[in-house]
Amino acid sequence: MRVMFQLNGKPVEVDVEPRMHLADCLRDELRQTGTHLGCEHGVCGACTVVVDGAAVRSCLMLAVQAEGCTVVTVEGLSTDDALTPLQTAFRKHHALQCGFCTPGMLTTAHALLTEEPDADADRIRAALSGNLCRCTGYIPIVEAVLEARAAYQKTDKP
Amino acid sequence: MIGTNRYIGSPVERVEDLRFLRGRGEFVGDLRREGMLHAAILRSPSAHGRLRRIDTTAAYATPGVRAVITAAEIGAVPTIPLRLLPLPGTERFLQPIIAVDRVRYVGEPVAVVLADSAALAEDGVGAIALDIEELSPVADRRASGRHDILLFEESGTNLAMAFIAVSGDADAAFREAAYVRRECFQVQRYTALPMEPRGLLAEWDGAQGRMTVLGAAKVPFFNRDTLAAMLGLAPTHVDLIENDVGGGFGARGEFYPEDFLIPFAARHIGRPVRWIEDRREHLTAMNHAREADCEIEIACRQDGTILGLRGEVFIDLGAYVRTNGLIAPRTLAQFFSGPYRVPNMRITATALLTNKTPAGTYRAPGRYEASFFCERLIELAAGDLAIDSAEMRRRNLISAAEMPYKLPRLEPGGPMVDTECDSGDYGEALDRCLAEFDWAEKCKLQGQLIDGRYHGVAVACFIEGAGAGPKETARLELASDGTVAVYVGSAAVGQGLETVMAQIAADTLGIPLDRVRVFHGSTSYLEEGYGAFHSRSTILGGSAVFEGARALLEKVRAAAAARFGGSTEEIELVDDRARISDGRSVSFAELAADGLRVDTAFANNNKLTYAYGSAAAHVTVDPGTGRVELLDYLVVEDVGRIVNPLTLHGQAIGGVVQGLGGAFMENLVYDGNGQLLTGSLADYLIPTATDFPAIHAIALENHPSPSNPLGVKGAGEGAIIPVGGLIANAVAAALSSVGAEPNELPLSPPRVWRLANPS
Repeated sequence: MRVMFQLNGKPVEVDVEPRMHLADCLRDELRQTGTHLGCEHGVCGACTVVVDGAAVRSCLMLAVQAEGCTVVTVEGLSTDDALTPLQTAFRKHHALQCGFCTPGMLTTAHALLTEEPDADADRIRAALSGNLCRCTGYIPIVEAVLEARAAYQKTDKP
Repeated sequence: MIGTNRYIGSPVERVEDLRFLRGRGEFVGDLRREGMLHAAILRSPSAHGRLRRIDTTAAYATPGVRAVITAAEIGAVPTIPLRLLPLPGTERFLQPIIAVDRVRYVGEPVAVVLADSAALAEDGVGAIALDIEELSPVADRRASGRHDILLFEESGTNLAMAFIAVSGDADAAFREAAYVRRECFQVQRYTALPMEPRGLLAEWDGAQGRMTVLGAAKVPFFNRDTLAAMLGLAPTHVDLIENDVGGGFGARGEFYPEDFLIPFAARHIGRPVRWIEDRREHLTAMNHAREADCEIEIACRQDGTILGLRGEVFIDLGAYVRTNGLIAPRTLAQFFSGPYRVPNMRITATALLTNKTPAGTYRAPGRYEASFFCERLIELAAGDLAIDSAEMRRRNLISAAEMPYKLPRLEPGGPMVDTECDSGDYGEALDRCLAEFDWAEKCKLQGQLIDGRYHGVAVACFIEGAGAGPKETARLELASDGTVAVYVGSAAVGQGLETVMAQIAADTLGIPLDRVRVFHGSTSYLEEGYGAFHSRSTILGGSAVFEGARALLEKVRAAAAARFGGSTEEIELVDDRARISDGRSVSFAELAADGLRVDTAFANNNKLTYAYGSAAAHVTVDPGTGRVELLDYLVVEDVGRIVNPLTLHGQAIGGVVQGLGGAFMENLVYDGNGQLLTGSLADYLIPTATDFPAIHAIALENHPSPSNPLGVKGAGEGAIIPVGGLIANAVAAALSSVGAEPNELPLSPPRVWRLANPS
């Protein structure tokens, strides 16, 4: 089936099997491999992408359901080579080790702070509780997201 | 060392992060090759059975399926050799790389399907019909110990291996002791669970007779040699390539059946083949860990001085002895007493085969389990003898004056029959922990019921043996752009190896960090390497880089002296230039034309480093729900010397939270038929962002290791060690009014509820 959507600001058109989920479509058909698959049953959150502003597990959404949507992946968070304030804060706080869950953490946090730039630590923890990380123990991730709030508060969009 | 010490000891931001943060990491699942086929693996649905027939007719009829590989296609089916402790007798229990006529655990590979896409390969797997004659499964180690149903009939036993650790004369100590107590404890089966599932991409170059395998991790050189032998190729014709690796924790990177099956498939069909594990198969295919129980006695003087420990530990090893499967059993025996002075000890550790997924190492293998057993027993003794928990430990910690302190002798011990704690002041770390934790103040809450919740605090101590030999390799090469290429035999599994090695090289060479490029983990760079296990990379790999950098500087001096017609003593190295006393100078970049290169290896003669520390926890227990809330957790560890405080802190906090997963929730539950009941992440719970918000870690560098030139000690596994015992003791303290004795993990809400509400 043919599906058309906006990916990281650009229109894409792709022919997919009806059973293909969005994550496989992004990774295998569109070669955007920043979105990772850690469980393929909607628990680990590594495949989280932003669809029409909401954080979505791309392993639980069929590619054909993205028709007409605006999709942002980790590759689309920064428009140039520089890190965004959120990415910079992750690096500063050592909020990643192996880096496998990181794309999902970033997209989830980005969707949260875009909507709620004043989110407190408890709210951030709750929003990230659907993203599993095995390396960091989450504490530096929460610190990084807290620090990145300032950038979202100023401009709404970093 | 020239230049100032700018990087070692500084919180240098990681070089790896720049690609990970932008989605530009290259994990094996991100790679593809022209003409690549996808593999899916049919795994045994039975825990124990005779494999009578595999009907692949329907699978071959599935659109997109190109081949089905079973034992019949492979012919002589190899078994996986032990990487560590290949002791006599173990050859009877090695895993064949595919089931031949018998299946011994749910998840054992039976067939490999190759197809045009992963989805079609899975369709093909679903179309294979298996005829298995069910046999009674050996469901647990007690059934195994009866030896009436055998996994390997020809061996006549289910006993995989038994170890014994001895010091002094335990029986004599128990005869004379004023106080003796015997208890049983149990740790559940759980697993490392790295977030990236395993994967491999194999390419066969038929014209050259060369095999290349991407997706290697942890020990690529050992695995290269193993694969080459299995494929009948020279090791020089096999390369294992390490890409970005999404977490290891001991489990990823060992040689698994797929490490043969996927390369074999690529050669068999003459096309590249990629296999990416899904999470369900991960939970039955990757090494499990930790499952052990014990019956142990402690003997003390009335003043709490420990005189002896003796008893038996049993390990449920699963269906085969895998590459490193004997590490937890051997370590459970030798490290049972941890940081405590126990003059008389006799501990046996018996590893038994069962019809479950084979067990291997997981961060602090054996040490986490032993610490739980030992800390619980010491706490019970302290309670009986009416001695304060902290005082009981202080009294029995190995003292600085006793260093180096010899640990119990292990038989059969492999390369480490004997080992000794190298340096440190264990009491100093305990006192620091107690002070920072505000122990005295928090103890006032001990056992108190406040707002419907019982409060409990506990403290525990640990040692972290690290740096297994024999050696590690490195090559440093001056490049024509003035950078230095550093090739290391160490492997990266997500721990920040590139940054740490670059820090050591840059400081030693006196050049900026961005002039160092680190290459790691692939067999194409160096002739030999030893990899990432036993928290050894910074110790051995770092020391190899340090010594290689010093040797490279000598070559730079010599090359500069030759250019200027002077002696090496006249050469001064400043920044990245070599200057002779008359003022002439030459840049490193120019000197690169001389082909300056150093190959080096650092050997430690199996002298381990022992980082050590103490941890304290404050919990509340809700007797109505059995929920335990962790209000505060602190770990203090002396690591000898800190290379990067940022990554070190990450190891400590991450290790604690993994330990808390094991203490509270993670559990691989099997039914009596050997079926795994927790085969998804919805059933197998690990900590999430809301579970443990109050974890703190302090790193000390007061007592460097004498065994390496950097003075570093392994620091990736210390923080996880005491977590189980510490949490159980805190819960016991909270529920002391009802006499709760949490002697089994995990402390899940139902278990804690039962402890809080004794019938």
